[in-house]
Amino acid sequence: MGKIKVHRTSPSLDMTPMVDLAFLLVTFFMLTTKFAPEEPVAVDMPSSTSEIRLPDTDILTITIAKDGAVFFNMDGKYTRQTLLGKIGEKYGQSFTPEETARFALMPSMGVPIGNLKEFLDLTPDERKTVKQPGIPCDSVHNELQDWIVMSRISNPKLRIAVKGDGNANYPVVKEVIKTLVDRKVNRFNLITNLERTAKD
Amino acid sequence: MSEVAQQGGGGKGDGKVRSKKSSTKIDMTPMVDLAFLLLTFFMLTTTFNKPQTMEIIMPEKPKEEEDQPLVNEKKVVTLLLSKDDKIYYYQGITDPTVEVTNFSKDGIRKVLLEYNAAIKDMTVLIKPADNSRYKNVVDILDEMNITNIKRYAIVDITPVDENLIKKKDGGETATK
Repeated sequence: MGKIKVHRTSPSLDMTPMVDLAFLLVTFFMLTTKFAPEEPVAVDMPSSTSEIRLPDTDILTITIAKDGAVFFNMDGKYTRQTLLGKIGEKYGQSFTPEETARFALMPSMGVPIGNLKEFLDLTPDERKTVKQPGIPCDSVHNELQDWIVMSRISNPKLRIAVKGDGNANYPVVKEVIKTLVDRKVNRFNLITNLERTAKD
Repeated sequence: MSEVAQQGGGGKGDGKVRSKKSSTKIDMTPMVDLAFLLLTFFMLTTTFNKPQTMEIIMPEKPKEEEDQPLVNEKKVVTLLLSKDDKIYYYQGITDPTVEVTNFSKDGIRKVLLEYNAAIKDMTVLIKPADNSRYKNVVDILDEMNITNIKRYAIVDITPVDENLIKKKDGGETATK
């Protein structure tokens, strides 16, 4: 009896452990994958042969769109909350806890600080559709430098990365770099795509 | 097939019970297929999603004008990045002969390699004009990386350089 039963079950393999393992791995990868964050503008980055990878955490990204608008993004939910508090202090604006929570979860944003409160009061869907003018960073009215300074106070380990569109005009990039150097940020990263053609 | 063989091999008891037994087993193959498909997808997307970066280090802002390092003007090669992906380059500072090239492999890279071989301790000044694009700057930094030039700096363009470009462009159209 027993012998025959063993025979009977042997041709069909028990796949349960394999399925378990497979789904375990699927869950792991699903949870660890960070999908490309939503950007308010599409940025077509120039390519380079550099093979340094950007670290995952403690990154401040300054996005420069094709039309020259400058966007700001920083990772870390809690550092963002302290950042907003500091910015509010400096510009004499107070943000409600809901607004702070929204700011903590927001992707890249490019609105002047004066309009930030209104912008935060919009729903996420409305925020996607509204046209963001970019953060002012010219020499007369430079809000970008405050964002940079306050971010570095909130998170001293921060690395700064510039993500520019290949077709952005250079003067805007020059302003951004000048702002960085003025704030004693001499070491920063330029985000690029990998060059398709092999280098020789 | 195996099912039939099993029945033949068993040969005992009533078929009813056995058929019930076999029906409780679910074929997991499609599920496994799906699981591994997802697994492969997530594995591939995670590894390829990270962007590349170039690290650049800008010089500290000099406090005094005298703090600026002096370089031999014969060892200086200036690249002016202009519109339409054109590069104007010259060696030295006083009364230079300006040449034009582009970003292709036989263009600026060849020029840089030649200069690098000819001049010891060459310093390259990159001066992007206001009508150049960000892409040009990244490309030229990349060329510096490829040609292994260690001493270079991004400098603001001066009116003198803009005049050189104009002069060169003017000369070009006149000879054509």
